[in-house]
Amino acid sequence: MKEIVIISGKGGTGKTTLTASFAYLARDNVLADCDVDAADLHLLAAPKVLHEEDFYGGVKAVIDPGRCTQCGLCTEACRYAAISDDYVVDPLSCEGCSVCFHVCPVDAVTLEESLNGRWFISESRLGPMVHAELRPGEENSGKLVALVRNQAKVLTGKSGKKLILVDGAPGVGCPVISSVTGADRVVIVTEPTRSGIHDMLRALELVQGFNIPTSVVINKYDIAPEMGERIHRICSEKQTVVLGSIPYDAAVTAAMVNGRSVVEFDDGDASKAIVGIWEKLAETVPS
Amino acid sequence: MVIAIASGKGGTGKTTVATSLASVLGPNGRLLDCDVEEPNCHIFMNPELDTSVAVNLPVPVVDMEKCSLCGKCGEVCRFSAIVLIGDEVLTFPEMCHGCGGCSLLCPEKAIAEGSRLLGVVETGYSGAVEFVQGRLRVGEAMSPPLIKAVKEKIDPEKINILDAPPGASCPVITTVKGADFILMVTEPTPFGLHDLRIAVEAVSVLGAAMGVILNRSDIGTGDVERYCKERSLPLLMKIPHDRTIAEGYARGELLIDAAPQYRERFVDLSAHIAELVRQPGESYVEAAS
Repeated sequence: MKEIVIISGKGGTGKTTLTASFAYLARDNVLADCDVDAADLHLLAAPKVLHEEDFYGGVKAVIDPGRCTQCGLCTEACRYAAISDDYVVDPLSCEGCSVCFHVCPVDAVTLEESLNGRWFISESRLGPMVHAELRPGEENSGKLVALVRNQAKVLTGKSGKKLILVDGAPGVGCPVISSVTGADRVVIVTEPTRSGIHDMLRALELVQGFNIPTSVVINKYDIAPEMGERIHRICSEKQTVVLGSIPYDAAVTAAMVNGRSVVEFDDGDASKAIVGIWEKLAETVPS
Repeated sequence: MVIAIASGKGGTGKTTVATSLASVLGPNGRLLDCDVEEPNCHIFMNPELDTSVAVNLPVPVVDMEKCSLCGKCGEVCRFSAIVLIGDEVLTFPEMCHGCGGCSLLCPEKAIAEGSRLLGVVETGYSGAVEFVQGRLRVGEAMSPPLIKAVKEKIDPEKINILDAPPGASCPVITTVKGADFILMVTEPTPFGLHDLRIAVEAVSVLGAAMGVILNRSDIGTGDVERYCKERSLPLLMKIPHDRTIAEGYARGELLIDAAPQYRERFVDLSAHIAELVRQPGESYVEAAS
């Protein structure tokens, strides 16, 4: 079983577009959407949910005003300024550390499991799929990502498939670290802009810290070919393979509007480029 | 005043809007890049950074001479950052949330606090605009405490522009909490709409006035505009897809420099937002493209 994770550093460079196309081309894979706070892969994969479960990632403190003597020990101990002057916990600021629960001399604090989201096992147009929704504004995205990846592995084992394609989150923080840890391959999708390069470098630094073989795809490369060349130079210095470049193509948006991956929508320039990139990537990932 | 720029979906143009808006404010403006995982405002603002301050999170350091192996620290810790195994207390500083519980509740006072580097907060100027950015250490998972450190640089006397990270989870909430106005930058695609809905839902509990900018407004479908109408979200500006803008962006140019006709529109935008903050509840406004 091999797991390929698609990340980008910068948002909006085409992670989901590419993941969906790879899934269509790979055919025999399980999909995992690990961009749990802005999951979009289902808009292309049209999953039919077979199993769903709540996700409780942590706890939130609640103060019982009937018991509270307003002694102030909890507000003093809380490092997240989550307890107001009238002893009400702001759930948006509460980290669920339980320090208030332990310091309260009159047992006025209870810890309630906090419902952070939901996760799903589905059958989709692009293969069996594990996905999730973090509740808007919630935390613990890293834990939910780990859960999605684990469930995808279980599903892959059961279904006898060999490959998991993981759609990752932007950035280099908690959900991204959780998406790439222990993966077999990482693909970084970037764009030929100074922001794209800056963010790709940070993503590359993160992944190289984990020693995972990584390659790069340049999307919309014809917007600034000189920046594309710069990406090639940087990647060769960093011994990172550039799998290929995808030109700007209005078909990418049109495919998204039609709920299709680019490669099944038409066989234009972007589509052809993605097919080439997938063939190259598949060669480097022996099953 | 604090104006936070958010989006849900990444790559819709938050930084483009934040940098141009801050630039037209001149000496009245202060730009704070809260997208600490991937701070990009500096690329467009070319600030002279004159200070860089490390931001740390307290993590436990156990004095085994004092430790009585009672295991209280491991029982208290909700983040699996400290645990008693046999006659040893193991710490996992990268898991620690810095709550201080173990050190506070240790009966032997055997736990002191060291620190884990989260990143840096850098400040300086870009022309007349004051500039602040947070930069998360690569490998660090936890961005909210660093975002809070960036937000400590908010100047109540100025118009503070906060560039938020993408998504709709805790780093976004940490950024936009306390803002007077939340400006959502999106694009009229199914992904743009889906993520906008989530982001609007996430931040609406905060009760701030909101508005939308539609970037690459002539691609995709009319669904985002319909959604804005339904939700009575004022549509404050449309930026049609334009190769000149895309190429300028690639080179690291401000939108108002790559396409100077936008300078006046950003001046108007800042006035419009100030009006909406003063008189919230304005209904849907049809933006000229």
